[in-house]
Amino acid sequence: MNKQRRNVLKAGSGAALMSILAAAGIITPGMALADWNKAAFDAKSMADTLKALGAGAPADSKDVQVTGPDIAENGAVVPVGVASTLPNVTMVAILIEKNPNALAASFNLPEGTEANVQTRVKMGQTSNIYALVKSDGKFFMATKEIKVTLGGCGG
Amino acid sequence: MANPMKIRAANKDGVTEVKVLISHEMETGQRKDAAGAIVPAWFITELTAKHNDKVVLSSEFGPSVSKNPYMAFKFKGGAKGDKIVVSWKDNKGDSRTDEAAIN
Repeated sequence: MNKQRRNVLKAGSGAALMSILAAAGIITPGMALADWNKAAFDAKSMADTLKALGAGAPADSKDVQVTGPDIAENGAVVPVGVASTLPNVTMVAILIEKNPNALAASFNLPEGTEANVQTRVKMGQTSNIYALVKSDGKFFMATKEIKVTLGGCGG
Repeated sequence: MANPMKIRAANKDGVTEVKVLISHEMETGQRKDAAGAIVPAWFITELTAKHNDKVVLSSEFGPSVSKNPYMAFKFKGGAKGDKIVVSWKDNKGDSRTDEAAIN
């Protein structure tokens, strides 16, 4: 493991450095993903997160399904699932629009792994959640609103 | 050191479904303790699942994944008795690896 690089990341300048490097084309987004994608997870808004993931403006697709409750009584544990019937899905991400950081989790799916993942997330307040799917190199998205009775982000 | 993960893997019609329950606090870094001090962020950043040394899922988590994260996914292949190895790493450098057999 490259200790020096770890330390650079820890020093906090990581996000800025990574995005500069990515922008300059020195490291490709694929390489940035080899380590935790700090830029994407630090991004506050949906647009910034999508940019950090290299998704640009994804198209809405009926072939992407987001599952989750209509109303979550406890925002600390909200079960969310993403499934897609699109071919060659290589990446699935879950974004929560109104959380302090929109990106909750991203999953890289090697060949043979189905585009069907479930997890549990925290939600600070009622918000739209977005499922982002990368299929054949293109990005697609689906949305679902989940109402939260009790916030899960502490404070 | 964190508690072991609970891993269940079941093969049905050539598709293996893996369910993982991890024991982890997943602090967001936004919560305050009783004294008003911010509880530092502490969460899993990377999680990898392997089937017979082949990676079947690699994921990255942010702090908004819930406490004691749960995850389920499916992949093609796998047979009864095959090993599933799941490992995670958190932002404090802690890590853990557990394994289970497909049944």
